[in-house]
Amino acid sequence: MIETALTFAFGCFGLAMLMNLWKIITAEGVGDRVLALDTMVINSIAILVLMGISEGTEIFFEATMIIAMLGFVSTVAYARFMLRGNIIE
Amino acid sequence: MSLFLIAALPFLGAVFPALLIRAGRNACSSAAGAVTLLALVGVLLHAPEVFRGETVTARAPWLPQLGMNANFFMDGLGFFFATMILGIGLLIIIYARHYLSREDPMGNFYTYLLLFQGAMVGIVLSDNILLLVVFWELTSLSSFLLIGYWRHLPAGRQGARMALAVTGGGGLALIGGMLLLGHAAGSYDLTTILERKDQIQASPLYVPALILILLGCFTKSAQFPFHFWLPHAMAAPTPVSAYLHSATMVKAGLFLMARLWPVLSGTDIWFYIVASIGMITMVLGAVIALFKDDLKALLAFSTVSHLGLITLLLGLGTEEAAMAAVFHIMNHATFKAALFMTAGIVDHEAHTRDIKRLGGLRVLMPVTFVLATVASLSMAGIPPLNGFLSKELMLDAAAHTIWNGSEWLFPVLATVGALFSAAYSFRYVVHTFLGPVRDDYPHKPHDPGIGMWLSPAILVLLVVAIGLFPEALAGEIVRTVTDAVIGGHGHYHELKIWHGVNTALIMSGIATVGGLILLALHRPLDVAWLAAPRPEAKVIFDACIGALIRAARAVTDTLHDGALSRYAAIFTLFTVGLGVYAFSTGEIGEATRPMNRIEVLPLIVWFCLIGATACVVAFHRYRVIALVIMAIIGLVVTLGFNYFSAPDLALTQLSVEVVTIILLLLALNFMPKRTPIESSPGRRLRDAVLSIGAGVGVGLLLYAILTRDFAFPSISEYHLANSYKGGGGHNVVNVILVDFRGFDTFGEIIVLGIAAVVIFALTEAILRTSVRAKLLNRKPDWPVAGDSHPLMMVVVTRLMMPVALMVAAYIFFRGHNEPGGGFIAGLIAAIAIVMQYMASGFSWAAARQHFPYHGIIGSGVLVAAVTGMGAWLNDKPFLTSDYGYIHIPGLEKFEWATAALFDVGVFLAVVGAVLLALESLSRYAWRPNTDSPYPMDINPARDDPRGGRED
Repeated sequence: MIETALTFAFGCFGLAMLMNLWKIITAEGVGDRVLALDTMVINSIAILVLMGISEGTEIFFEATMIIAMLGFVSTVAYARFMLRGNIIE
Repeated sequence: MSLFLIAALPFLGAVFPALLIRAGRNACSSAAGAVTLLALVGVLLHAPEVFRGETVTARAPWLPQLGMNANFFMDGLGFFFATMILGIGLLIIIYARHYLSREDPMGNFYTYLLLFQGAMVGIVLSDNILLLVVFWELTSLSSFLLIGYWRHLPAGRQGARMALAVTGGGGLALIGGMLLLGHAAGSYDLTTILERKDQIQASPLYVPALILILLGCFTKSAQFPFHFWLPHAMAAPTPVSAYLHSATMVKAGLFLMARLWPVLSGTDIWFYIVASIGMITMVLGAVIALFKDDLKALLAFSTVSHLGLITLLLGLGTEEAAMAAVFHIMNHATFKAALFMTAGIVDHEAHTRDIKRLGGLRVLMPVTFVLATVASLSMAGIPPLNGFLSKELMLDAAAHTIWNGSEWLFPVLATVGALFSAAYSFRYVVHTFLGPVRDDYPHKPHDPGIGMWLSPAILVLLVVAIGLFPEALAGEIVRTVTDAVIGGHGHYHELKIWHGVNTALIMSGIATVGGLILLALHRPLDVAWLAAPRPEAKVIFDACIGALIRAARAVTDTLHDGALSRYAAIFTLFTVGLGVYAFSTGEIGEATRPMNRIEVLPLIVWFCLIGATACVVAFHRYRVIALVIMAIIGLVVTLGFNYFSAPDLALTQLSVEVVTIILLLLALNFMPKRTPIESSPGRRLRDAVLSIGAGVGVGLLLYAILTRDFAFPSISEYHLANSYKGGGGHNVVNVILVDFRGFDTFGEIIVLGIAAVVIFALTEAILRTSVRAKLLNRKPDWPVAGDSHPLMMVVVTRLMMPVALMVAAYIFFRGHNEPGGGFIAGLIAAIAIVMQYMASGFSWAAARQHFPYHGIIGSGVLVAAVTGMGAWLNDKPFLTSDYGYIHIPGLEKFEWATAALFDVGVFLAVVGAVLLALESLSRYAWRPNTDSPYPMDINPARDDPRGGRED
């Protein structure tokens, strides 16, 4: 059962990654691209967790935790850059 | 006194004049004098042993693996030179106290002088030829400082540079020669080398070693064709000239030839090189000296000539000649130092040392006149002064020398040299002191105070005393020293004035009479000399240096013209070329490893990587978009590291990625948002071909490596096996960083710290200029929207801060056994703090930051260093780690490794460096005093009339 679920999930997130990539490349303006990038980061958290489940290891856990914790910092930085130009005021 | 102490005293004492100059000029010079006197007494205390023929030694290992040890020894030769260096040094210190004016920084002078003196004493006492080379280089450097002492004079600076170029270049040759000599002898210890004459002379390395060592000696001792630097070094203050060019610097080359005389001399090549160069230098120097009008230039060329004489004697290779050389070294030091000092007195009193503007000083400066006359006559070789004795010995040796079958060449040349020598000596006295008193001196001259003439007077006394009683005063020491030079017991004649009428006396007579005739004919000869074309050394030297600089600049400018694309193109081309060469000449075995099965998901991620890379190339002129797409690449690399079982690298890549994006956005704020097209299509095509070639090459190389087993067992096995046993950790990556390659890491955190401090310093420098106003007044590239510190962001980041720091602590502590460690933890902590800068503003964050980032970097490096040094307490090398277990009741036992303490250093250095760099960059756009009175830009408690102000 879990095998099937994993395969399905991998398929979904793989497809999501490709769609994110498509959007990052083709979107109008920077804002949509950053949003797509942020989504891609979240999708990669999922992929790492799935990899951990499929291989039965906890070793990917730290990486997902840090992506979750710090990934938004770059998004914030992009956003500030677009809105204010200067990211540390 | 131990030889270590004698050699170290001048260096230790060099501190005092620099400090005591605040207490006055007398305190300063007395300190220098006291140090020198102490060292001199230390040397003289060993006199009884030395005269018994014993050798005083002091040994200590320094770098025994390289054959380099702090070994000193003192035999007759070392004793003689050390006494001369320190004795004349003392007289020079007294003289300089009265010579230097109030404007001259006297503290610097005596410090340089003592440094130089220490280097000279080191040379003559070294028992290790590598140590000797070290001191040799030190004399080049410290003499550079002394010659360029009057740094406001262009002549001084140029002279110092020329001296450094020539003697430093010779020093390089000497290093090569000494290494070859040590290799041929099988030891770098002088005492051992001196016993292995046959082995060295039979070695094929003998000739190259000899030539290189002689290059070192000839440049230092100003032998033809390297004699030109010495006269230009005369731009130095006279005490320096008197010291460097009578007793010390230029004698270093002679000392080395004398020191190595037992092993290097006695062959044809030694005789033909050394004796011939010495003879040429002697005659050439003497001829030029006669036509120099500057008193110090005259003495400089006379010094060149006398150095040639001593070189000639050492080159002859006989015991009698060696004795004559030793005796003349002593005599030359006495009369030449005295002469330089009298020239200095004349310059000091009359404010000129141009011989054509002088004359008649006999009446005005009687004391100086007497001193100069006696010393000059000794230089001319007039009995009964000491110069006569050694010159007789030289003429006698030359008279018995057959050069390439010719019996008359050397005697004739020696007589010519002596003749010119006599002529310029007479000229020094006659044209300066005799003749009518003039009324157009730049300054009315009179005799100086006793402080200035005391030193030359003592030397002149020696000149006369040795001349009158040579056997009683100098016989013993000359024989002891000569024994040391020849490395055995020789049979010498007694030193005496009268040997009866012999060839040497006749040659001497011819020289004296001829000298007087030349002086009488000086005026027409001078006119002819000035009219004759002759090569000007300085012009040639400057042209050579200029050509070198142009050549170096041409190479550099071709390779590095300031355009990054050119460096990258050259680097890539070269690397690809190397790869192609390696593949076309080497062999590669069959692929031994099968391909892994390609899964779908990794394929998709790989496709993202390729797509993103292609898009970066396509969009690279839109910088923000390129940056967004580059983030994909970073993300894929992180996933890849995880997929291929490198979680440590994944964590590092993630945190570095975040910091990099913040950094680039900070910079991008001030930069054009688009890259214009600047290069031609042809050039872009070239770059495309190059980069695709390089990329394909690297890809093929990786493929080749990954599909084959290692040709040799890799070091990974060792690391895996020893990680826990040796480093006390299960995480091999971290153990490599903090233990196996701890020294690398130590260097890296220092470099990281330096880079951050440099960024800070550059920022400081730029913001102090008008750039700051320009930055503050610049218009944003697009309309600014939103709040500067939005409420949501402020709240989220402040909540995140303790969580992120906790994660950092967690990552740090588990790092030794599981993925993590100080570096990653440092990056996470730094990002946690940068978040506050971004959300709550620079002013808010900076006001809450109590420890300066420089201090954090420094403490990190210190913690790492102290941890490393802790190993010394256990008699282990630097950074050897240790670990043990700690039991705390109620807890499971846990492990504690010193490497973890080292990791704290890494953590602190990373935190400090990242934050200092980011803080510096963000200051460019920072507007001071614009922070809101509220914690956020809007007041969350709007109904409060005072609005939650922070007061």
